[in-house]
Amino acid sequence: MSNQALPRPRFNAPEPEHGPPEHGTKAALKIETRATPLLDGKVSEVPDVAFGWAMRLCGVAVVALLGLIVYQLVVGSTLSWHAFGWKFFGQSDWNPVEDQYGALPFIFGTLVSSLLALVIAVPLSLGVAVFITEMCPIRLRGILSFTTELLAAIPSVVYGLWAIFVLVPVIREYVEPFLAKTLGWTTLFSGPPYGIGMLAAGVILAIMIIPIISSITREVLTVVPQHQREAVLALGATRWEMIRMGVLRNARAGIVGAIILGLGRALGETMAVTMVIGNRPEIAKSLFAPGYTMASVLANEFTEATGNLYLSALIEIGLALFLVTIVVNALARLMVWSVTRGQPARSIA
Amino acid sequence: MPATNSNPAAVLIPEVSVPPISLRRRVTDHVMTAVSVLTVALVLLPLFAIFAYLVYKGIGSINLAFLTQTPKPVGEPGGGMANAIVGSMVILGIASLLGVPLGIGAGIFLSEYGRNRYGDIVRFVSDVLNGVPSIVIGIVAYGLVVMRQKHFSALAGGVALAIMMIPTIARTTEQMLLLVPQAIREAAYGLGVSRWRTTLSITLRTATSGVITGVMLAFARVAGETAPLLFTAFGNQFWNWKTDQPTAALSLQIFSYAISPFDEWHRQAWAGALVLIILIVGAVAAVRIAVRHGTLAGA
Repeated sequence: MSNQALPRPRFNAPEPEHGPPEHGTKAALKIETRATPLLDGKVSEVPDVAFGWAMRLCGVAVVALLGLIVYQLVVGSTLSWHAFGWKFFGQSDWNPVEDQYGALPFIFGTLVSSLLALVIAVPLSLGVAVFITEMCPIRLRGILSFTTELLAAIPSVVYGLWAIFVLVPVIREYVEPFLAKTLGWTTLFSGPPYGIGMLAAGVILAIMIIPIISSITREVLTVVPQHQREAVLALGATRWEMIRMGVLRNARAGIVGAIILGLGRALGETMAVTMVIGNRPEIAKSLFAPGYTMASVLANEFTEATGNLYLSALIEIGLALFLVTIVVNALARLMVWSVTRGQPARSIA
Repeated sequence: MPATNSNPAAVLIPEVSVPPISLRRRVTDHVMTAVSVLTVALVLLPLFAIFAYLVYKGIGSINLAFLTQTPKPVGEPGGGMANAIVGSMVILGIASLLGVPLGIGAGIFLSEYGRNRYGDIVRFVSDVLNGVPSIVIGIVAYGLVVMRQKHFSALAGGVALAIMMIPTIARTTEQMLLLVPQAIREAAYGLGVSRWRTTLSITLRTATSGVITGVMLAFARVAGETAPLLFTAFGNQFWNWKTDQPTAALSLQIFSYAISPFDEWHRQAWAGALVLIILIVGAVAAVRIAVRHGTLAGA
């Protein structure tokens, strides 16, 4: 894209890929001086400058918003930080009556439910992404990707509603007895089958993050160059070998990024989990037992927090959740970017 | 096995012989194809189950009373979610008023003024904001609005949802503006049109339908949000028209009814969920149609 014919020298966006050559800028300057008399010399610069700064202000506002979030969380949690320090994250005692607060059960619940969700969601979403990009007839492709993305448009609270009345009974009647019989010896699947508990939370979370992981994986797989596929096929590979060696291996970093992005969503997910996890601040060995996550303790107790220390402890949990998701998301973005070469991952509704 | 003659490459290089593909490899290939078809089926199953249940359970409970009345006390049958439907619209209206201009402004900044280091910072920050859990946004809105006003309000809910809309709108607006060819901007400059006028009347106008799609994406995303409203809008069993008072919202009502022990309320929760989804899809579709046929149509 050549920049030579630009009449306005202060024009700078979007820049051409290789930057303007020196003489280009000078030529533009010359045109400006010649063109001005035609516009009777009365064109004011003020609205232009004002508009430019107004737009910059909007940009600054986005950064300020993040600053505001950090400020609110840090200020809100100082009281609890001074009272407990690092012990806050290592204690498992959550007792509002005696003003003793430890976040360990919630951290445990968040981690276990999210990891469980990943274990279920990753193979499924990879399968869907591979099917849509590599195997599916073109006519079916649009419909399938639209339908999987429809899953992302369902509000969290509706997932929760469905989970309470459909998923939990199914898990209680069929899944948990089956798991207890076959895998009960691992102690991971033991105890009374309530239905409500860590397992239900993991399953509903998995259903919710599948669209995210599969749509980003799909994006990453599409940018793998066609000649990679052709090269592997030319060596006599079957279709699956082509997918494994030509496609998946090349898109590794991007796929890991997609998975971490899904993890980020799972960590912060609130409503559906709150509705099925059982909300008991305990660290249990069995996945059948009820648990509690960082997000759900906020959802349940924030409006009822009476003491200042109680509120502050809850805000500190919010701060911890915020920091973890930011690190996880930043990591994921970088990994997806490394494959799609700087094109930002499409934001997911 | 010698290469078959129907393959043109085989005619050129007749000496090549392709070793047969072993049974194990062929079986693996078929098994993996079957596995990925199976995963698609497994993923689509809950989707259909959710929609089927929603329609099956919801449609019987939607009636005139549901759409026009406020909730009845426990034990009394009937009543509806009219106040929650209106409350949701009020909160979403406030959120759009605050979030859409700021988001589009930030998008214009990114595409027209932000092709530099500062733009990269804003771009990264908005991606980060996009990943902040909605419940954390709720805490922030609580600190910003509820603590100052001393009570829950529709305004606080609107602020929370606006914060969630801004990064999505900014990034999609940026992408849509970047799709507008550089030549169109240059043509405007060539005619002596000032830069702000070019951006608003030429660039933004050309990208209108894309920008609006982005706005609707953000709108649909926050329309069903519950977590940030729990301690901002709070919910209300009665009509409320003041933006500085606790306000009912459809998603909040669904949540509190779903976890209640009453069958009548469960029924209403399903109806509410169906209405919520219809409203979201309806709003998105209405704006799409307006963009395509109405006065908003891009140049």
